[in-house]
Amino acid sequence: MDSRDKVLDKYSSKIYKNRKEHVIEIEAGEPQVIAADTRAIPGIMTNRGCCYAGCKGVVIGPLKDVVNIVHGPIGCAYYTWGTRRNKAKSDESTKDFTQYSFSTDMQETDIVFGGEKKLRQAIKEAVEIFNPECIMISSTCPVGLIGDDIHAVAAEAEKMYGIKVLAFSCEGYKGVSQSGGHHIANNGLMKYIIGTGDAEPQKYSINLLGEYNIGGDGWEVERILKRIGYNVVSVMTGDGSYADLKNAHTADLNLVQCHRSINYIAEMMKTKYGMDWIKVNFIGLESIKSSLMDIATYFGDPALLARTEEVIAEELDEIEEGMAYYKSKLDGKKAAVYVGGSRTHHYINLLKYLGVDVILAGYEFGHRDDYEGRDVIPSIKIDADSKNIESITVTKDEANYKTFHTPEKIEELKAAGVPIEKYDGLWNDIAEGAIITDDFNHFETEEFLKELKPDIFFSGIKDKFIVQKSGVPSRQLHSYDYSGPYAGFRGALNFAKDITMATYTPVWNMVQAPWKSEPTLVGSLGGME
Amino acid sequence: MLELTPKKLSDRSTLRINPIKTCQPVGAMYAALGVHQCMPHSHGSQGCCSFHRMFLTRHFKDPAIASSSSFTEGASVFGGGSNLKTAIKNIFDIYDPEIIAVHTTCLSETIGDDLNGYIQDAKVPEGKLVVHTNTPSYVGSHITGYYNMIAGFIKYLSEATGEKNGKLALFPGFVNPGDMREMKRLMKLMGTEFIMLPDTSGVLDAPMTGNYTMYPKGGTSIPDIRDLGNCELTLGLGELTSEFPADFLEKKCKVPYKTLPLPIGVENTDAFIMALNQFSKNEVPYEIEEERGQLMDILLDSHQYTNNKTVAIFGDPDTVLGMAQIALEMGMIPKYMVTGTPGAAFERKANALLEKFGVEGCTAKQSGDLFELHQWIKNDPVDLLIGGTHGKQVARAEDIPLVRVGFPVIDRYVHSYMPIVGYKGAIRLAELILNALMDRQDRDCEDEDLEMVM
Ligand code: SF4
Ligand code: SF4
Repeated sequence: MDSRDKVLDKYSSKIYKNRKEHVIEIEAGEPQVIAADTRAIPGIMTNRGCCYAGCKGVVIGPLKDVVNIVHGPIGCAYYTWGTRRNKAKSDESTKDFTQYSFSTDMQETDIVFGGEKKLRQAIKEAVEIFNPECIMISSTCPVGLIGDDIHAVAAEAEKMYGIKVLAFSCEGYKGVSQSGGHHIANNGLMKYIIGTGDAEPQKYSINLLGEYNIGGDGWEVERILKRIGYNVVSVMTGDGSYADLKNAHTADLNLVQCHRSINYIAEMMKTKYGMDWIKVNFIGLESIKSSLMDIATYFGDPALLARTEEVIAEELDEIEEGMAYYKSKLDGKKAAVYVGGSRTHHYINLLKYLGVDVILAGYEFGHRDDYEGRDVIPSIKIDADSKNIESITVTKDEANYKTFHTPEKIEELKAAGVPIEKYDGLWNDIAEGAIITDDFNHFETEEFLKELKPDIFFSGIKDKFIVQKSGVPSRQLHSYDYSGPYAGFRGALNFAKDITMATYTPVWNMVQAPWKSEPTLVGSLGGME
Repeated sequence: MLELTPKKLSDRSTLRINPIKTCQPVGAMYAALGVHQCMPHSHGSQGCCSFHRMFLTRHFKDPAIASSSSFTEGASVFGGGSNLKTAIKNIFDIYDPEIIAVHTTCLSETIGDDLNGYIQDAKVPEGKLVVHTNTPSYVGSHITGYYNMIAGFIKYLSEATGEKNGKLALFPGFVNPGDMREMKRLMKLMGTEFIMLPDTSGVLDAPMTGNYTMYPKGGTSIPDIRDLGNCELTLGLGELTSEFPADFLEKKCKVPYKTLPLPIGVENTDAFIMALNQFSKNEVPYEIEEERGQLMDILLDSHQYTNNKTVAIFGDPDTVLGMAQIALEMGMIPKYMVTGTPGAAFERKANALLEKFGVEGCTAKQSGDLFELHQWIKNDPVDLLIGGTHGKQVARAEDIPLVRVGFPVIDRYVHSYMPIVGYKGAIRLAELILNALMDRQDRDCEDEDLEMVM
């Protein structure tokens, strides 16, 4: 029996039936189908979070000039305060509210009599104290159940204070994971913010989508893009702002880093403003190189292409020696990677470059397209849980619609390999024989660790110490264990350094107490010898 | 840092900014982890469970296991009964705990799920147990959830058989495993037989051996929880945290109780030792006398560095009161004492403390938050901050040293292993406080004033 079957066989028949569709071994030949984005099984220790975590925690939380008021009891606001490392910096013109946690701290009376009054008052106080240009409200579980109309409160406040006020009904029970929350957040930003600014268009301008500036990733990517000569109009949403987001429609091209959390905006902007998007990956040397070349090819300016090659060469030069050293330390190791909905894929090539094979991988809340590529989207069945997440349709904005290239040129670029509106998913880069598990759970973590014995495990805080206590080096790929950046050329070096450190820290050689491996009673018995 | 916090205080009745409390379930989860071979179970949507596990893991740097009913929208409309039923079956099948401790969340509370009924109907394997408590997050704080869960265990399990066991029931308050270890050590030294609930030592400070086990060696055993009902006396440490379960046990099993402040500082530890002495009728051994004497020695030696220093203390109610006590004992002035947990008793007790030491001009507040504390400090600064990690922003903004004590400390290591209770704990606190203040003096003074000997 192979490892996959051995692990799945330990389940009762009901769970086996469910999980067997989510756990597959990569084989050569026909593309394989995986079940994803379906309900977690009650009682199974999933790593998933909720809709609110995806909306407030991931997408809108990082917008620095926004007062994010969490409407609900205190917990939800508390847990998303400073815990995601979406770094932000203020300047003279932008306020930074990310250091603050705002909540309506609902009490029992609010649950019984409704919380709208409280929300109204909270907005009033936020306006009086901070005078923000934009307030966003996220509701948590009880709010939807007691029927508070947060959208009406938002509309009323918007009128009353003459500022932007948005509401997100991202109650935790909606959808099956964080993913629903991403979608809800995308809808709100698209409907109410993007396109409301009137900045002048700039040359070679881009938006960076699905980059949350974890550990300063976004800053590193921006540094490189600016060196080449691009104008970054907005970043969604790491160190991003309401002020920049308003003008996102003026850019020429959308770059999508995290496909899962933000592809909705990319698609809608294509329909509404005619803006093309391409899938990029700024993690790992080969991926960065091809992403930068794709962007330059899209714009098609020979000077830009030459500059791109120049910057790549210089940046590589800076790190190549270091990378070679770490590669010599890591070559031949095996890894498990299990993060989010896009990140797993982002790291495969970087690990490969370092000589590390990914033998076990998966997403916490990816959809089938994140595994199998976007071509499967038309064949994905919409179940009841996904239906609860609103899908909005946008139409062409005649005044702001512009196309950078003719349809013929787009086809030409696509044929040349520029990934316009294209994402091939994890399948494209994962090696044969690897085991993929969707919505990985605690039981499978433990069992696969025993079966496959990876040398290093990349996951999140909830698994980290479980894995480490089993004797396997473990690094968090959500928070980078408070290190980073990992994006860009320099980031790759940081990553290589960190995992070498995790593998070789002297403590690993001391875990076993000497008396466990050597006899403690020395001396000879009965005068023998 | 925190540049947008205005110095001017304003009327703020509703908007909570930078809280000093979190929600009930995380407290319940923590308490349940202190029971041997127990799986804490969060009855709600999986997001809460995920947040709570993260929160605990970040503080302890150790796995915090828990399962969830994983509600979807359907369950939220039709009730979570079938989710819980499935969850219970799956948990016993796959994770094989001895007991499941269910707590509710905002969601299941708002829809009014009947946990008593669900659990009665659930199929529980022979010899295994399921208990529950209600932890609506719109009431109280994580402290409330913590004591509710303790009461939940008692409700389901503790029994008075009519035969006393000669033991002391101890509720340790919302403290770290390091503190629980220290309490146990002192009770052993005092020759006191006890049952402590919960006991997270050996669970959330479990050793690294190279083999992970889901249920580490520590935790209160189920027979011990049952036997709580036969104890002679309950001692609840941390009056605002432990009175509720102590009272509950008295009502259910007629075990009389007594509450004391958390044994932080000299007098609070004295009271604890005296209570043990009265209970076990054993003399205080030299070992404890020696520790107390060492503490006295240290406090006298160093008093000039702490005398009249002002300090702002924030965190959980009993921890803040304990820290205020030791601060006062060190001659410091606890200018601001703030807890996010609601309850007027906190302010009463804080004021009584000030009166006892004859100190005036200090403010105590329940249901406060860090935003307001920061504003107070902007208007009238202090020399030292004592509290959890979230105070580091204020510390940086106002350039005030922060001594990390209590929950949560998510940005440092080792803290959960080391006690702040008992004389030993007081010695450690004295060191932390002195180092913070004296490092500061070394950093801030002129070259010509740098003292080689201090
Ligand atoms: S929904 Fe309620 S129980 Fe869940 S994290 Fe938020 S406050 Fe806590
Ligand atoms: S990379 Fe993953 S965890 Fe991060 S936002 Fe995207 S989907 Fe979420």
